[in-house]
Amino acid sequence: MKEKMVLYFPSTVTEQPFIYYLVKDFNLMVNILKADINPRKEGRIVVEISGEKPDFAAGLDFLQARGVKVFPLEQEIIWVEERCTHCGACSVICPVNALELNRTTMKIEFHGDRCVVCEHCLKACPSRAMEARY
Amino acid sequence: MKKTIAEINARIQAGKAVVVTAEELIPMVMAQGVTETARHVDVITTGTFGPMCSSGAFLNLGHPAPRMKMSKVLLNGVEAYAGLAAVDAYLGATQIPETDPENKNFPGEFNYGGGHVLEDLVAGKEVLLEAYAYGTDCYPRKKLEKMIRLEELPQAFLFNPRNAYQNYNVAVNLTDRTLYTYMGILKPNLGNANYSTSGQLSPLFNDPYYRTIGPGTKIFLGGGVGFVSWYGTQHNPLAPRGANGVPTSPAGTLAVIGDLKQMSPRWLRGISYLGYGVSLMVGLGIPLPVLDEEVVRFAAVSDSEIFAPVVDYSESYPQGLGQVLGTVSYAELRSGEISVNGKKVPTAPLSSYYGAREIAATLKDWILQGEFLLTAPAFNLPREAGVPAYGRLVFPQEG
Ligand code: SF4
Ligand code: SF4
Repeated sequence: MKEKMVLYFPSTVTEQPFIYYLVKDFNLMVNILKADINPRKEGRIVVEISGEKPDFAAGLDFLQARGVKVFPLEQEIIWVEERCTHCGACSVICPVNALELNRTTMKIEFHGDRCVVCEHCLKACPSRAMEARY
Repeated sequence: MKKTIAEINARIQAGKAVVVTAEELIPMVMAQGVTETARHVDVITTGTFGPMCSSGAFLNLGHPAPRMKMSKVLLNGVEAYAGLAAVDAYLGATQIPETDPENKNFPGEFNYGGGHVLEDLVAGKEVLLEAYAYGTDCYPRKKLEKMIRLEELPQAFLFNPRNAYQNYNVAVNLTDRTLYTYMGILKPNLGNANYSTSGQLSPLFNDPYYRTIGPGTKIFLGGGVGFVSWYGTQHNPLAPRGANGVPTSPAGTLAVIGDLKQMSPRWLRGISYLGYGVSLMVGLGIPLPVLDEEVVRFAAVSDSEIFAPVVDYSESYPQGLGQVLGTVSYAELRSGEISVNGKKVPTAPLSSYYGAREIAATLKDWILQGEFLLTAPAFNLPREAGVPAYGRLVFPQEG
């Protein structure tokens, strides 16, 4: 199985090598998508973990037992309007029409409710006006 | 009916000029006809806001003490050409840092480059200057590293050798793999069709024979005031034209110049094309003086009367085969769907029509406020092969 999640580290545990143990002792593959940790401060990393189901459960138990909090990932795609040039390039990239070119105003409209977080627009937008937030 | 630029400028200064955008002109001419419209309109404004790779800026970086003849210049890690006088350099929009992974991990992201440095400069941000030299008796310094801001530079001007292309290809992909091009991402099997001009608002579509445009024409450039400085690279007035005079394939281009310090990050925007590279979105607008009825007749052209060639970017374009899959109007392109080889293909612009509209409206506003007077070109852009009015210049024949 494979899942994206947010790991939250209290300031007391951030210096311990958790990722190393997940890989070594639990046979899990850990892909760090985003990290936000300063030594001796609280930290947060967004990871994608994959492995066999029992290893997966054991790995999460291990983390929680050491004080790491595990949350499901609620990722969101944000449209940074100030960066948007309304070029319209994203309108054919988005598979669900969440980025729609209004043919009257000729402005792009972002419908967050339709977005399936496929992330195709992140690199397709020439102005980098689309961002992922976790 | 004939008017001179001096007469139009007098009306602008008296606050009496009538100015309309090229888009507003279309229903006006439909309702009142060319003659009546020409009688009361003085200026028609146009605009375009799209990726223009052939752009860049000349920067004078100022003399440090001791003095230096810079032979290598980096701005935020992006090299600017320094084979000029001691502290002059030219920063090109498509330059990428030496450390950029390019397309090694395909498709490359190209997150930062010359276009972004230009945007950072006009945004007033600090930019890291690194300069190297071999040192001479007159210019002993060999290395310089400091933060600079645009306002501290003695001179900085945008000088773009090819902007405002009069028409452009509509790019499609006939293969079964995704293509990453300067025309954006092209999905397999005619998955999309990308185009890049502002159609009926675009400057050179509204004056197809360059009757009012040439070096010296004052324009909106990057949010400030600039000038047409020459015909652009690849200027090809001999491209095929429709009965209305509008070219049906890429044709005329402009070289333009303007003070970078007047410009704004709103209208000079660094951009990244996945798998291709970096570029610059440039905002450009040209006012057309209504010198006679012909100016109005040409500028009244609408999207349904402007046609662009559909070109396959998997084979025909890269191999230079010149094959065209068909011709579509900008009205069809702007509707969101065209038909190619009998298949319905969704379209996307790369050039911002919304931005073009705003540029034409801003220029209109400047003129109505009396802040922007029109200039006559020193000579008109060449429109045919042979010897233009100002001297000897021969354009290559077609083909
Ligand atoms: S591609 Fe980016 S800049 Fe262009 S319209 Fe979409 S979000 Fe805006
Ligand atoms: S993440 Fe995917 S679905 Fe959401 S806006 Fe971007 S392209 Fe559309």
